[in-house]
Amino acid sequence: MSAAVLAQIAAEPPGSAEFWVFLLIGALSLGSALAMVLMRNAVHAALMLVLNFFTIAVLYAVLEAQFLAVVQIIVYAGAIMVLFLFVIMLLGVDRTEPVTRKLPGQGPLAVLFGILLFGALSASVVAPFIGPGSVCGAAAGVDAGGGGLPCAGLAAANEGGNVEGIGALLFTDFVWPFEVTSVLLVIAALGAIVLGRQDEKAEDLVDVVRDPANPPDEERR
Amino acid sequence: MDLVDVAITFAVALGAFALWLVGTALLIWGERRVIALMQTRVGPNRLGPFGLLQTVADGAKLFFKEDIAPRNIDRFVYLGAPFVSATVALVTFAVIPYGGTFQVSGREVTLQVWDPNIGMLWILAMSSLGVYGIFLAGWSSGSKYPLLGGVRSSAQLISYELAMGLSLAAVFIYAGTLQASQIVANQQIPLFELGPIAVPAWHVVPMLPAFVIFFLTSVAETQRPPFDLPEAEGELVAGFHTEYSGAKFAMFFLAEFMNVITFSAVMVTLFFGGPSGPLFGPGWLQALLPTVYFIAKVGIFLFVFIWLRGTLPRMRYDRLMDLGWKVLLPLGLFWVLATGFAVVLRTSTDQGTVLRIAGVGAGVALLLYLAAPLLARRPRRDTQPEPEPEPKFPTPSR
Repeated sequence: MSAAVLAQIAAEPPGSAEFWVFLLIGALSLGSALAMVLMRNAVHAALMLVLNFFTIAVLYAVLEAQFLAVVQIIVYAGAIMVLFLFVIMLLGVDRTEPVTRKLPGQGPLAVLFGILLFGALSASVVAPFIGPGSVCGAAAGVDAGGGGLPCAGLAAANEGGNVEGIGALLFTDFVWPFEVTSVLLVIAALGAIVLGRQDEKAEDLVDVVRDPANPPDEERR
Repeated sequence: MDLVDVAITFAVALGAFALWLVGTALLIWGERRVIALMQTRVGPNRLGPFGLLQTVADGAKLFFKEDIAPRNIDRFVYLGAPFVSATVALVTFAVIPYGGTFQVSGREVTLQVWDPNIGMLWILAMSSLGVYGIFLAGWSSGSKYPLLGGVRSSAQLISYELAMGLSLAAVFIYAGTLQASQIVANQQIPLFELGPIAVPAWHVVPMLPAFVIFFLTSVAETQRPPFDLPEAEGELVAGFHTEYSGAKFAMFFLAEFMNVITFSAVMVTLFFGGPSGPLFGPGWLQALLPTVYFIAKVGIFLFVFIWLRGTLPRMRYDRLMDLGWKVLLPLGLFWVLATGFAVVLRTSTDQGTVLRIAGVGAGVALLLYLAAPLLARRPRRDTQPEPEPEPKFPTPSR
């Protein structure tokens, strides 16, 4: 697998801007992801995650998926991480939870499932395109045989505009997963409201100086 | 792409940069003068003609001031926050066309730094990053008032970003494009003609609610009065930048005013035809006039921003949140739906079906609206019906 990818990279002209951007941003992306896991301070870790989202947006932009790049910044860096940091700031970073609530065998299992997930994603997304028959570039769109899926090529994918292409796909072929995802988000939001809701009693809204001789109702019970 | 092209691109970017920086300096001076006139004071009038150079003097003073950093800060974040604010404010205006198209040595030059497919989404992306500068500054300062300012600003910006996105979406649906140049071109077609004068089809006419939402949210996003709660000086000393001084404070200051100009320019681009206007005269004048129109239109909005500051008192925080979530957001949602409906109706060949579907949708919405209060009032099963509580007042003791 990696040999084919390396051959692909080597086949690029050495002065290709895309290649150098990929090297630089890829390294930055990996580094920020590692730093996010390893950093002690929660706010610093969150900032590293923001940096990671940003580098991934740059990678999307290099792949000429402009819409995806901007939406990545708007949604993840601009909305979700802001809320995340908001919560961290409100709760106070100093109040770190002690790492004692570990499940038995959590570490090895996490590694195992991580590898499994990586393998499954690679097999389903990347593998079809790294067979010997998968040809990108000059012979794009031509199935050369040999089992690999042909790349359609950027020009074909972005025909009629990147934004228009994504919009058409999202509201025709992928409208069902798209709507299901939105329902999922609504359910999550409703769950958060139900869990976080506190019924306000009339007593709570009134300032009452506690009289130890005459405790209020809930303490008497 | 030869050397001339590179030079032209560079010159266009430099022109935008100069326009925005000079504009910022003038805005700071103009704000002080106009506010002073509104409050029957004089304002800065000593340095240069009409005090024009006052901002330069203030800037120089800020950069030579002693740089004080409190001991309790998170150093890396504390130093980075002003850079984030200033950088984001600087790159936001890249997609805004600030002039017309003209010929230089046989090449077409468009006075716009970058005209991507995604166009105005860039503004949303950058303004959503701008919040980092503010609340990282608040958090990293390591003291209470900046933290409160930072928390306020992140809540405020997140809340108003939604309504802003919806108002932009309505314009995108109406214009059928995200690209700034095409949005401007759409508005140049004359709506109707009054004798010799052609009335341009500015989006502000059909998209008036979207414009109102966008204007209110952009005042909130730039954190200008009456929405300047993150730096409310009466409550939070100076809010998120209380602990900043010297050059780092200057960057926050610059970013705030630059954002005001950028959002005014976005409003002009989206709703008021951008740099378009009647062209006449010789070639050089025709090349220059769009920029003049653009600056004039932006200037009007800058005055409105200053006017708001001079007129309105600061809002209470819960009112601010109510306005964002309970007024602007539903209005924006409704307007996006209405715009989509109008566009579909205009372009569809089978208008009867569209109208029928819309009628069914409106009927279901009406039913839900009527049924919702019935569902909400249902008493909970796990609590016994309580006896009528005797009226309680905030008394010192029972």
